[in-house]
Amino acid sequence: MIELDRVSKRIGEAVIVDEVSLGIAEGELCVLIGSSGAGKSTVLKMINRLIPLSAGSIRFAGTDVTHIPPEDLRRRMGYVIQSIGLFPHWTIARNIGTVPELLGWPAARIGARVDELLSLLKLDPASFRGKYPHQLSIGQQQRVGVARALAADPDVLLMDEPFGALDPLVREELQDEILRLHRDSHKTILFVTHDMDEALKLATRIALMDRGRLVQAGTPAELLAAPATPFVRDFVGGRDRGIKLLLVERVTQHMRAGTDREGEPIAADATLHQALSQMVSQGVDRLAVVDGEGRVIGTLHLADIVRR
Amino acid sequence: MKNRSRAWRDPLLWSIAVFVLAVALMPAAKPLFAALFPSLERPLYEQDSFAALALSHLLLVGASSAAAGIIGIAAGIFVTRPAGAEFRDIVETLIAIGQCIPPVAVLAIAVPLIGFGGEPAFIALALYGLLPIVHGTIAGLGTVPAAVAEAARGTGLSPGGILWRVELPLALPVIVGGLRTATIINVGTAAIASTVGAPTLGSPIIIGLNGNNVAYVIQGAILAGLMAIALDLAFGRVIALTQRWKTA
Amino acid sequence: MPRNRVLFILVLVGLAAALGLAFLTAAPNRLVSGRPIAMVETLQAARWLIAVPGLVLAVAAFRTPRPAVCTVAALAAAALLVALPWLAGAQAAFLAEQASPAARTSLGGAFWTIEICAALALRDALDRLGLRAPGKLSALVVVLGALSWLALSGRLDALAITREFLTREDAFGAAARRHVLLVGAALLPTLLLGFPLGILAHRQPRLAPGIFTTLNLIQTIPAIALFGLLIAPLSGLAALFPALARLGVAGIGVTPALIALTFYSLLPLARNTAEGLASVPAAITEAASGLGMRPRQIFWRVEFPLALPVFLAGLRIATVQAVGLAAVAALIGAGGFGAIMFQGLFADALDLVLLGALPVIALGIVADAFFRLAAARFAKSPA
Repeated sequence: MIELDRVSKRIGEAVIVDEVSLGIAEGELCVLIGSSGAGKSTVLKMINRLIPLSAGSIRFAGTDVTHIPPEDLRRRMGYVIQSIGLFPHWTIARNIGTVPELLGWPAARIGARVDELLSLLKLDPASFRGKYPHQLSIGQQQRVGVARALAADPDVLLMDEPFGALDPLVREELQDEILRLHRDSHKTILFVTHDMDEALKLATRIALMDRGRLVQAGTPAELLAAPATPFVRDFVGGRDRGIKLLLVERVTQHMRAGTDREGEPIAADATLHQALSQMVSQGVDRLAVVDGEGRVIGTLHLADIVRR
Repeated sequence: MKNRSRAWRDPLLWSIAVFVLAVALMPAAKPLFAALFPSLERPLYEQDSFAALALSHLLLVGASSAAAGIIGIAAGIFVTRPAGAEFRDIVETLIAIGQCIPPVAVLAIAVPLIGFGGEPAFIALALYGLLPIVHGTIAGLGTVPAAVAEAARGTGLSPGGILWRVELPLALPVIVGGLRTATIINVGTAAIASTVGAPTLGSPIIIGLNGNNVAYVIQGAILAGLMAIALDLAFGRVIALTQRWKTA
Repeated sequence: MPRNRVLFILVLVGLAAALGLAFLTAAPNRLVSGRPIAMVETLQAARWLIAVPGLVLAVAAFRTPRPAVCTVAALAAAALLVALPWLAGAQAAFLAEQASPAARTSLGGAFWTIEICAALALRDALDRLGLRAPGKLSALVVVLGALSWLALSGRLDALAITREFLTREDAFGAAARRHVLLVGAALLPTLLLGFPLGILAHRQPRLAPGIFTTLNLIQTIPAIALFGLLIAPLSGLAALFPALARLGVAGIGVTPALIALTFYSLLPLARNTAEGLASVPAAITEAASGLGMRPRQIFWRVEFPLALPVFLAGLRIATVQAVGLAAVAALIGAGGFGAIMFQGLFADALDLVLLGALPVIALGIVADAFFRLAAARFAKSPA
């Protein structure tokens, strides 16, 4: 969907982005991560041409982005930023309808889409449609920000540290929303953050940057299990690497057939982290694994968690 | 029902009503002025009708504020765009120095250059009105939060679209504030403009000062003051209207 | 393509003025309009050198504004600023030799336009060099010094504006003293009334809307109208209490001017006092209180010093406004530079108008600069 080929950005003498090559496939939730100043926001903003490239090329759905008029390009991508940026003088409904209005959708269609998106993001359309941004909490505002980005059903969603300004509880809720959205719509999402736990939770693929360079790209498990450099190893988990690996692996991947069990069963799609936590709190070393309907489909042993 | 009772207490409507009544009824107050100033031969200004003077005063102020508004807002927008950023320092210097120049001086300089009458007054008022309007436009556009501008760009609005749909509406209260300042100053300067032959509500005042006729002075002063207050309240109402979303 | 678009525009405007407007106007007497004298007419022999700084600026407009280029541009602009009056004075002297004593040579549109463009070009060059207040101030002092030398050495004596000044030097001096007196004398009552009003508005927020609405009302009334409205009551008072009349209180003249000036200065002062106090973070006053400071100590040692920059800005606005209003007060007989200005206005003599207007503008600029510097000096960065 998006291909970056040796993309660089220089400002004067400083090299902000250094020959980054990355491919983002359709349907991926790719997290671009690195410490502050690593250049990840810059890469994102070069994709929707908010910042011009110094060198290299970026292709979107096969076409070079510099061959697409910038406004048209941005209308085909959703853009969510940390400071949210809702238009304070427009109602929530009008905010969400920004791009559809630009694209000339009929009013009825825009209204329906606004209600659809508000429901999707767990905001009651009737009460939120006519409110103004300053009347909403920050968490609600960012939900509207996401809704606005999705309004015209873009091919790609670009998110630049969208949950950085939210408190931990709200952040977790919205992370779950994004996961659910991605699972249901299979949209391509490019997500920038500096929070490793957030990346491990959301990503199907992680691209780690350091001082402008792409250091390693791969699935969360790959980065945890096979870090390319000491920097990757330390950034991704350091001494907690083992525990973090448990975050990204599912019970189904390690269960065995059989009927030994003790205590409460564990869901098949739970993470090993949750399974271990349950074993510890119940004081058992094996759990029954159940599917969505509650039927037992296997067992998980503590030994299988550790010996992987 | 609620709207009707609020209208009764609306200061703007009251001030307009008082002004209009004062203009209409001033001639009827002749006996009052005769009684207050028995030594005056002519206790009431009768060379022009107060209504005509008020109208020409409003016209002069309105035309000059409109002209200054168009040029000033355009200049303010230009100077805050990337293309015009180079010129911003010089424009702000000119504004700072311009605000040290009393409006009456602009009038006094314009006359020997252009002649007597309404033209030098119009030009002087328009020129002087540019200052608060450009200043207000620059300041107003500066109140737009950076996050909002960035989000607008990222959404795919064109630069013109961002200016028209996002920046200007958000900047409007301060821009109208600049228009208000320019207009109220111009009302005062236009009153003095009667010294250069532009008929305004200042004419009774100036003629009264020259001829030691205190009654003339008071009549002109009351009407000029009432008009200024009504205009000021009207602008205040407009500014409040541009901010309705804030009080939702 | 010009690299310095500001300088380019200034050069274009200056050039257009030099070619299209009159540099000087010469008239046989005050009643007749002057014959325009174009700039080229004045350029004989070595005088063509004056074109050099102009050319330098034109070239500089096309170069990237690096420090070297900007320094050269600044020097050229400063040279032009001083050379132009010199040229005008020299030409006026030359014409005066051949004309009658009643003849007058006035500065024309080209002169003023090019002078303003040169001043702006100097400002632009100094800005691009990154100079801050002290550097710019020094440059200003140097240019003003050179111009003063020009004036004092008599080289500008033949110009009409100087002639007007010389024929009424005493009146000019009196006007200057009166104008400064008006502005200065209004300062004390303004501070005595406006400062406490501002504090009150800040301490009692319920009273603030009422206070500011009233002051705003006063501010809205046109100056000449307020002056006019004060005449009757004041003359009445002076008639009722002869003691007041002996003190100098009268319906027209200085008294209504001072009262009106005070009224007009109240809003900027009170408003900025309140805003300045409001800008002091509550945490700081809380800390002061917690350390054991008494309310009066907190105010004078903590709140007021921190509010000072905004307060001084209010004083600046009030003073500059007062300088301008004092000029209007001439219409009710208060004297000052406005008297000279209106005299020129009624006589249709631009030079006389300028003799009155330029000092008012200069006074305003000086007051503005003074208070800006004062505010900058007292502005403290947050701890």
